[in-house]
Amino acid sequence: MPTVSFEHINKSYGHMAVLDGLNLQVEDSDFLVLLGPSGCGKTTLLNLLAGLVDVTSGRIMIGDRDVTELDPKDRGLAMVFQSYALYPTKTVRGNLRFGLAARKLDSAEIERRIAWASNLLQLDPLLNRKPAHLSGGQRQRVAIGRALVKHADVLLFDEPLSNLDAKLRTEMRLEIKKLHDELKPTIVYVTHDQIEAMTMATKIAVMNGGEIQQFGSPDEVYERPRNLFVAGFIGSPQMNLNAGVFSRSTGRPIAALSSGIQVDLSGYAFDRTPQDGEEIIVGFRPEHFSPPNGTVSEPAATFDLKVKIIERTGSDTILSLAYEDRLLAVRTEPDRASALHPGDAVSVAYPKNKLNVFAAGSGLRL
Amino acid sequence: MTDPLAVRPAIRVSAGAQEKPVIFPRRKPRINGRSIAILVFLAMAAAFYCIPLYVLVVTSFKTMEQIRQGAIFALPTEWTWEPWNFAWNEACSGITCEGLKIGFWNSVKILIPSLVASISLSAVTGYALALWNVKWAGTFLFVLFMAAFVPFQIIMFPLIQLTVHLGIYGSLWAVAFIHTVMTMPIVTLIFRNYYKDIPDELIKAAMIDSGSFWRIFGEIILPMSANILIVVLIMQITHIWNDYLIGVTFGGPGGQPMTVNLANLVTVSTGTVSYNANMAAALLTAIPPLVIYFVLGKFFVQGISAGAIKG
Repeated sequence: MPTVSFEHINKSYGHMAVLDGLNLQVEDSDFLVLLGPSGCGKTTLLNLLAGLVDVTSGRIMIGDRDVTELDPKDRGLAMVFQSYALYPTKTVRGNLRFGLAARKLDSAEIERRIAWASNLLQLDPLLNRKPAHLSGGQRQRVAIGRALVKHADVLLFDEPLSNLDAKLRTEMRLEIKKLHDELKPTIVYVTHDQIEAMTMATKIAVMNGGEIQQFGSPDEVYERPRNLFVAGFIGSPQMNLNAGVFSRSTGRPIAALSSGIQVDLSGYAFDRTPQDGEEIIVGFRPEHFSPPNGTVSEPAATFDLKVKIIERTGSDTILSLAYEDRLLAVRTEPDRASALHPGDAVSVAYPKNKLNVFAAGSGLRL
Repeated sequence: MTDPLAVRPAIRVSAGAQEKPVIFPRRKPRINGRSIAILVFLAMAAAFYCIPLYVLVVTSFKTMEQIRQGAIFALPTEWTWEPWNFAWNEACSGITCEGLKIGFWNSVKILIPSLVASISLSAVTGYALALWNVKWAGTFLFVLFMAAFVPFQIIMFPLIQLTVHLGIYGSLWAVAFIHTVMTMPIVTLIFRNYYKDIPDELIKAAMIDSGSFWRIFGEIILPMSANILIVVLIMQITHIWNDYLIGVTFGGPGGQPMTVNLANLVTVSTGTVSYNANMAAALLTAIPPLVIYFVLGKFFVQGISAGAIKG
């Protein structure tokens, strides 16, 4: 399966630039997720790759083929859409067949491929039905089948699970991941759902404002967000981002938060060591805090705060602690929080090795 | 107990009814001044259309003797098909006396090619304008829109010259050609608006699957067009069949559609006026569009309510 690369892609509608000099390289058999809020350009990028929209300038390569000027059907890819986009007047079999017949495959080969896909996706009982008589999950399986039968080198997914209910979405997520593990196609998958991105991707490209904010494995993006946008976008509840000032006056690097709490930054691997007195932002992931009134082995800071809100999700409990005029989110195990009530004072510690520090000015990771 | 007033506050419930748990009391049909006024108006409107139609039908079955006695509302004393036979086979139009059947077949010969040509060309043009990137599509649409509202009378003379140059003036082909050209703008707009509502992603899927203009049209788009095809079919059949001006202008002596044939038959006849035959001829001319309405009318309503004609 081939690599996909975008080289200096510009795309503008009139005077509005949607993508500006974008570069991106998808490796062989990668599962790339384009993740970002609405309007970040991720769907545009996918449409450019599919050939449904023309680039303003730049080059798109699939393997060693320059596909920039090719028609969608000649690019050797298949696509699954959010609305499924099944042909309403055709049966499931007709839907699977249409793209194959257009490629002038002989009928024995077409039948063989339809049988293969319907077996893989359990479509056999549905083959003679029209899309109107299928449930949402069944339609999505047919849409995936229609993409798979083409044996395309590159599979594109445009928010394919957004229209499904939560339970079905979890199931389909697993199915798509399984398909990728079995068939190893190169996949480009667009979503705004970070759970989908984290669970399925081998690579995530976080996009915002037409630019790629960070490109890396899910772990990299999660553990070492490259800037404040990525830090805030990935993770639920969101990372706590607290402003402070960098200082070395006591001999070791610390961040003096606006609330007066001092965060010990010794041992933090700075990409760039900040100036003394530089304004920085320190990020604390809610799940890395110690249990309420517990400790961690190497605390960077300890917060003594009052509980404001307790949200019990069953598997976790989210504590919102009153911190200055905002809330500090802390995720903890339900058992450790069962005795807590709003208004209680708790102490939570944060470990040194889980800190994220950003420059307040540029928003870049330090 | 459910308080019926809370459920249907618009309904007044008597004290007796209130004691029983009646949740949805049926509204009693009441006759008041307003509903009588509506009924009277509707009856008058119905009579306005039905009385002439009644006279038309009964007269067409009367003998001339009975007609000469007056009493136009009376039923025929003796029902006869003779006027119908005369109108269809023998009535004179100008110097030929072969009845309306000549005009009927002329109209059929005009209708079929103009239907096929106008609908197929408009459907494909509408499809291209709605779903493909066509250069100058916006300008083209604007011109179409303007063209749809140009009165025929204004461009009649240039069109006559055009058909003369094409060598078809004074034939059925000229009439069919002009019908096709004149109805194409509006029919194209109707198709274009219908196809514009097809979901974007469906077309994208088809582009990736096939990418062929004709294959997508034939296999995906056309099968989705049944509703709008019925609407356009009814529109076109009634419009073309009922046309008089284009037929009389471009048909010449050999290419008269049924409406022109009818007009000649009624106005040009000498001697006594055969009212019964004239009425029968008028009914014969009106029947084909009526049949189309009755057969396809159900689909027509479906097609319109499917969001077919709008914008």
